[in-house]
Amino acid sequence: MIRVTQKFRFSASHRLHAKGLSEDANRELYGKCNNPYGHGHNYEIEVTARGPVDETTGRAVDLRALERLVTEQVVGPLDQKSLNADVAEFQSTVPTTENLAVEIYQRLTQAWRSAFPGEWPVLEKVRIAETPRNIFEIGEAHVQK
Amino acid sequence: MLITKRVEFSASHACRNPRLSDRENEELFGAAANPHGHGHNYVLEVTLEGEPDPVTGMVLDLKKLKELVQDEVVEKYDHRFLNFEVPPFDRVVPTPENIAIDVWRRLQPRFAGNGVRLHGVRVYETSDLYVDYFGESA
Repeated sequence: MIRVTQKFRFSASHRLHAKGLSEDANRELYGKCNNPYGHGHNYEIEVTARGPVDETTGRAVDLRALERLVTEQVVGPLDQKSLNADVAEFQSTVPTTENLAVEIYQRLTQAWRSAFPGEWPVLEKVRIAETPRNIFEIGEAHVQK
Repeated sequence: MLITKRVEFSASHACRNPRLSDRENEELFGAAANPHGHGHNYVLEVTLEGEPDPVTGMVLDLKKLKELVQDEVVEKYDHRFLNFEVPPFDRVVPTPENIAIDVWRRLQPRFAGNGVRLHGVRVYETSDLYVDYFGESA
């Protein structure tokens, strides 16, 4: 098996504000990230797929199919957006990068089979960097089946 | 414990399968099928697994590791047109997947009996695309 990892980027704004907490508690918990007008990041995501190498193409993953999938499901809907205002999921949950990682992983999982109809490749993990210093990872091993 | 050595090499390749027609290759690989080839600055990470020696405090002397990777891989690949100059890429398409497998085959036997084991090979074709190979069983 080979693991193939491709990096993608998008820029979006968010505001961390939990509806179940008071204004003061939110300010205390999230600090600057609670600024009512929001703020933005250049997110970088690494998508890792696993599969055997096809003898004819020498590839384990059709990178054009992967790029189409990630563009349609993730980069298109999230790039240059306000996560709080523009993404349905974050009407009810806080757009922390933990929750964003879950959302991205779910989007890719749900659309995976239409992009890759065969047995292989499978989605192994998604790694998302909110900044170069804050990195989150979710994958097969972390998802309750 | 895992230790990783990173090296770089620059090489050209064409993503073409010699058993397919020009048209099939173009459909499959797009611009990367250009028969004149194109190049990358590849980055290779070689990761070994072992325990630090109680006397030297090292899993494997990094100088030795560097020499091994240099001899087995960098000397063979660097500033070469992989399809024409580096077997098995006369028969096997030099995708990063196949490069990782070839690097593994070149290196894996060299660590046998050293008290260390080759854990993984990572090949970056660009900073945005890399593959990992952990051997046939993983």
